[in-house]
This record gives sequence, C-alpha cells and structure tokens, in this order.
Amino acid sequence: MQLFKDFINGIWNENPIFRMVIGICSALAVTTAANNGIAMGMALTFVLTCSSILISLLRNIIPAKVRIPCYIIVVATFTTVVDLFMKAYFPSLYEVMGIFIPLIVVNCIVLARAEAFASKVGPVRATADALGMGLGYTWAITLISMIRELMGAGTLFGYHIMGEGFTPWTIMIMPPGAFIVMGILVGLMNMITRKPVE
Amino acid sequence: MAKELFFIIIGSIFVNNFVFSRFLGNCPFLGVSNKTETAIGMGIATTFVLTMTAVAAYFIQNYVLAPFGLEPFLQIVSFILVIASLVQLVEMVILKVSPALYNAFGIFLPLITTNCIVMAVALLIPMNNYNLIKSIALGLGAGLGFTLALALMSGIREDLEFADVPEALRGPAIVFITAGLLSLIFLGFTGLVPLA
Repeated sequence: MQLFKDFINGIWNENPIFRMVIGICSALAVTTAANNGIAMGMALTFVLTCSSILISLLRNIIPAKVRIPCYIIVVATFTTVVDLFMKAYFPSLYEVMGIFIPLIVVNCIVLARAEAFASKVGPVRATADALGMGLGYTWAITLISMIRELMGAGTLFGYHIMGEGFTPWTIMIMPPGAFIVMGILVGLMNMITRKPVE
Repeated sequence: MAKELFFIIIGSIFVNNFVFSRFLGNCPFLGVSNKTETAIGMGIATTFVLTMTAVAAYFIQNYVLAPFGLEPFLQIVSFILVIASLVQLVEMVILKVSPALYNAFGIFLPLITTNCIVMAVALLIPMNNYNLIKSIALGLGAGLGFTLALALMSGIREDLEFADVPEALRGPAIVFITAGLLSLIFLGFTGLVPLA
C-alpha cells in the first residue's frame, strides 16, 4: 500500500513537470515531436531509477557533509551510460536531442529525489518513487510534445493526422510555442486539481 | 577574429538567448525572477561562474581529456565535478575577500552548480571546437543573456503581482506564458548575425 502511494505520488500529486515545476529545461527543449518526448522520458526514468536505487543502498555510507558531490557522481555515471547508449543505438534521436541527454546530470528532478527521498528510505520504496516520478515526467512531456507536434506539423508520431487543407502553426514547434503550451497546461492542471473553496 | 567574437557574444545574448531560445537555465529563471534586485544579483553571479567555467572546461578538454583519450566516458563526470568545485572555490574566495559581496549574492552560488547553462557551456566548447578566447566569449555572452532574461522577467513579474490574473494561471503558469511572449520578441533578432 505504501509502495503504491509512493508510486502514484510522482505520477499525479507531485508530478515533477506540472505540479512541482522542476526539470523543465529538457521538457521544453526536446518536445518538438512526440517520439522525442517518449525517448527523453525513458532516458530520464532510467537515470532516475538507477541512481535512486544506488543512493538508497549507499545512504548509510555516504557522509552527510559531502553527500551532494557523491549524488552528483552517481547521477553523472548513469547519465554517461545513457549518453553512450543513445549515441550507439539511436544516433538520429541523439542528433535531435543534442546536449539535453548529457544535461540530465543537472536535471533538478534527479537531485531533488535523491536528496528528498532516496537518501532517507530503503531501495524498494526508492525504486517505487523513482519509477513514479519518471513515469510522471514521461507522460507530462509526451503530452506537451504531442500537442506541439499536432499543431506545429499536423502529424502525430510522424503520421499525418490533420487533413490536406491544414496549415501548420509553425510557431508551436518554435521556442515561444513551448513556453505557451507549458503555461496553459500548468494552468489546466491547477484548475483540475483545485480544491473546492469552502 | 574580432568579428567572430562579436558574433558569438551578440549571438548568445540576443539571437540564441540561452533562456528564451535554447531553454537552458529555466529552473533558476522561474525561481529567482520575483524581484529585480535578486534577479540581477543572480545574473551577475552566474555570469562570473560561467566565464570561469568556460576557461576551466577549455583547459580540461584540451589538456586532459583529449590527449589521454578519456573524452567519451569521462567528459560528463569531470565537467560536473569541476563546476561543483569551482562554485565552491568562488564561494570561499568571495567570503574571505569581501563579506559584503558574499551577503549580496552568496546565497545564489550553491544554486549555480545545478544551473544547466553552466554545464551546457562546458559541453558546447568541445562540441564547437572553440579556442580559449572564443570559449571566454561564449561564457560571457551566455551569462549576459541569462542576466538580461532574468532582469526582463523580474521587471514584468513585479508588475504582474498587481494584475488581475485568472486564478488557475497564478504562479508558474502565467510566468510561462509571459516567457513565451518574451521568447516571441527574441525571435525578432533572428538573422541579426550569420549562423556560426
């Protein structure tokens, strides 16, 4: 039950993108097409889960004073793994995402979960939390990228959806579109989850 | 050479502003753009660290990583460690040299380690094969662009506090939409300098 709570927390209540609004650089930058959104989400989920497990296992060994540099090294190691893996097996995706794969190392979500959660609980709960947060991040940026791709290019996962007469809103796949879609989605999320005023 | 440097600096301040068109450093951009005073303090501290990081990244890349063939797998780890220790060093030096300055922007320094602009500048230098002077220009330009973005945003946010924003959009949502409009304005600079 506790595990399920930890898992759901990241997906909805404390969704990193829409509720906590952290780690948004990559969420805005790579979301020009739905495929990129999913790939980025999976890359981050991998780094987040692996580093949460390792940090949770090492939580009694790492001295409190130098904990942040220790966390950073753990995160950097797994980021390097993802970086080399993507470069080798998905070169075209890697080309599009540019420096945002290596930049997972400074993504606030990973460090925030390490500091706030993984360093305090056992590896099982840390895994549940990391998977939840990773999935929460993935669905959020996939949604953003689907909206941007559909409006900006008229396609979804590369397939044409809009009819022949559709003029793509090029602005949506340019930087301003990312900020505006993000703002509207955060606003919608606030509206949905707002507690009724008594 | 002078022309190229000018292009790098102007390019990273206006045309490819790190916040508005490259989406880097958005977390501190949202976090500290409440008040103009703190925003400018953060901007200056970041510019300082960025310029020093550019120099450090250049030397590490060309004198340690590349000659020993460590580049593919140690680049991320070594850059992030250098940035973290550099920030710590700057903090210690400022505390010793000028406590007044430390009080002014000391609290921002630990935050800079996780600012993605710093890591991005370090990674962009080997990617573009910049020499030392160009690296410094990139660091400086990125810092000034970040400061400009923060200063603009904080000015707008100070006024937004008195505006009648729909309830659901209060907080980060309206900041994103404002940033979108600012980003639209920055698109107007496209073509100001030829692409590198």
